[in-house]
Amino acid sequence: MISDLRVFGRGYLRNRVGLFFGLIFPVILIGIFGAIFSGGSSGTITVYAQNQDTGPFPTPQMDIASQFLSALNSSGTIQVITVANSENFSKYLADHSVSDGIIVPTDFSANYLTLRQVNVTVYGNPTSSTSGIVSGTVNGAANYFNLQLFNGSSVIGLMQTTVNTQQTKYIDFLIPGLVGFSILVSPMFSLVNISSEYKKIKLFKQLSLTPLTKMEWLMSKVIWYIFLSAVSFLLMVAVGVFAYGANVTLTLWLIPFLVLGPMLFASLGMLVGTVTKSIETAGIIGNIVTFPMMFLSGTFFPISIMPQYLQSIAHVLPLFYIIEGLNAVMVYANYGQALIDIAVVTVITLAIFVAAAKLFKWRED
Amino acid sequence: MNPVEVFSLKKHYGDLKAVDGISFTVNEGEVFGLLGPNGAGKTTTIEILEGLRKRDEGTVKVLGLDPWGNGYELHRKIGVIPQEFTFFEKTSPREAISYYADLFGINVDPDEILKEVLLEDSAKNLFENLSGGQKQKMGLALSLVNSPDLLFLDEPTTGLDPTARRAIWEVIRGLKKKGKTVILTTHYLDEAQQLSDRVAIMNHGHIVAMGTSDEIIEAHGSGERLEIHGSEQLAAYVQANTDLRVEYDKDKSLISATLSKKIDALAALAAVEQSGLDWGEIQTRRDSLDDVFVKLVRGMVDEQGEIAVESNNNKSSGKRRN
Repeated sequence: MISDLRVFGRGYLRNRVGLFFGLIFPVILIGIFGAIFSGGSSGTITVYAQNQDTGPFPTPQMDIASQFLSALNSSGTIQVITVANSENFSKYLADHSVSDGIIVPTDFSANYLTLRQVNVTVYGNPTSSTSGIVSGTVNGAANYFNLQLFNGSSVIGLMQTTVNTQQTKYIDFLIPGLVGFSILVSPMFSLVNISSEYKKIKLFKQLSLTPLTKMEWLMSKVIWYIFLSAVSFLLMVAVGVFAYGANVTLTLWLIPFLVLGPMLFASLGMLVGTVTKSIETAGIIGNIVTFPMMFLSGTFFPISIMPQYLQSIAHVLPLFYIIEGLNAVMVYANYGQALIDIAVVTVITLAIFVAAAKLFKWRED
Repeated sequence: MNPVEVFSLKKHYGDLKAVDGISFTVNEGEVFGLLGPNGAGKTTTIEILEGLRKRDEGTVKVLGLDPWGNGYELHRKIGVIPQEFTFFEKTSPREAISYYADLFGINVDPDEILKEVLLEDSAKNLFENLSGGQKQKMGLALSLVNSPDLLFLDEPTTGLDPTARRAIWEVIRGLKKKGKTVILTTHYLDEAQQLSDRVAIMNHGHIVAMGTSDEIIEAHGSGERLEIHGSEQLAAYVQANTDLRVEYDKDKSLISATLSKKIDALAALAAVEQSGLDWGEIQTRRDSLDDVFVKLVRGMVDEQGEIAVESNNNKSSGKRRN
């Protein structure tokens, strides 16, 4: 088995495509998602504003409209870009392909100072995630100015935190998902391909003429993908930690998932390749099994945002329990949950491994 | 005990009788050729002997073992090149030999084996970069790793160019010199004739002829004859003035007189000379294995082994496993 493992591993390392998808691709994903969600930009939303309140103001302190826009600008959430009053504001926004905008109306300052109702107009696109932030920020500034008018101060404040004991960032949640992705994709696709191709070119028949047993052959593939997944895991964690400052809990509780996961999906790939009659069919069935699992198991986003029926589907997908378990161990330190996930994954893995080993044939009757 | 003993072997795939009651033995140290067109049942037979397929009926002993029940024990003692040998693409011949040696738990010198199969120049090239002939040589090399006394070579030169085929033949001759027993399947007559001590011709799951090339030609060929290029009139003259059986092929303008003994040729030549008619090239000829093969395989063979008329029904089926 060791010699088979050595030959297979050497062949794998010489195959640039396999190496790319096994090791490099998951790291690239971490890099891309990390870059998208871990800052690097100012984090502010650009908002166009038209200040139609041009005065006259007896003293600069009475130019409340300008002070209001300054307050928005210093909120840290939005960055105001002033648009000349000569522009048609709606058209200006459309011409610049933006949806967020603010109009401060004529006599805004005078009305404010004389306690007359005055409205700031906020443009926004309900389907855009930035519109809510702009409305919220404008609303917050308006409340502040309202309180100032009566020399009031806020009584109830807001302190944001996360459920973990330490500050948790998106990258911290992303790493377990992408580790699960890597555990799924590489062994699964590889074994679907290998098992159907070796069957077609009669390489299994050839190997059956040596003292190597089919169980030894299968185990050497499982061991290789456990090794590969471990390396991939370390690379992803290293990029997450060193490039994006991710907080990752490394504990022995990870080992069951890093061992059982590749074993499960290598066996599942083997099973698909074994029960299908051609390489093409194996590829199609492999994709049908893999892609829903990839997106519905909480790999890139939590399943709690999905409709109930999709959540129910997620609960029958083996990858869901691996990602849930990895999250329980790496993010929440919830070892009770992890134990349940380990139990579920163990049962599924053993069932699929036994089925693959039974149905996979070296030779024909 | 002979290395291979087969008696009344049968293997059916549904209604298709791929192997239909064949019997033969292979002697120690001989190259035994299984010759036949595609679909004759050669590969099914050889795979049953290798323990890769289960037989339906009959008795098979390979090195004293029943191949189906004793595959792992048998595979340590035999060497095999399957039809269309293939291997891991990213592995070189030298690495492949070391891999097989590890699997068999033995120590070998890869370079020595590569030299034996004339592949030492490509020892480090990956399998995917080898030519067809080099790939087959690598297959031969792997079949030799466990130093087997019995080798199964299933169409080892199919698809190769003439130079590559002759290189493989050299390797097989080398194996024979070392006293190895070789079972070779092929559909190339020249290959069977060049390499085999004895040949079994298979067709439609039956062995239709078996023995040395001479024995098969003797048993199934039309014997020695004198061939004379000339007119039909000359043919009639020879027929009338000798005791010989004379046939005439109008298309080729060829007179063919069957010789039961060599001296009959003189009688035929004397008749030609006496006729005063024109004649062209004269030669004596006997059926080659090629002629016999074509007759046996393309023609309908009846129960007595006599060749009847050519029949489309006798052509091999594309669905047949070979």
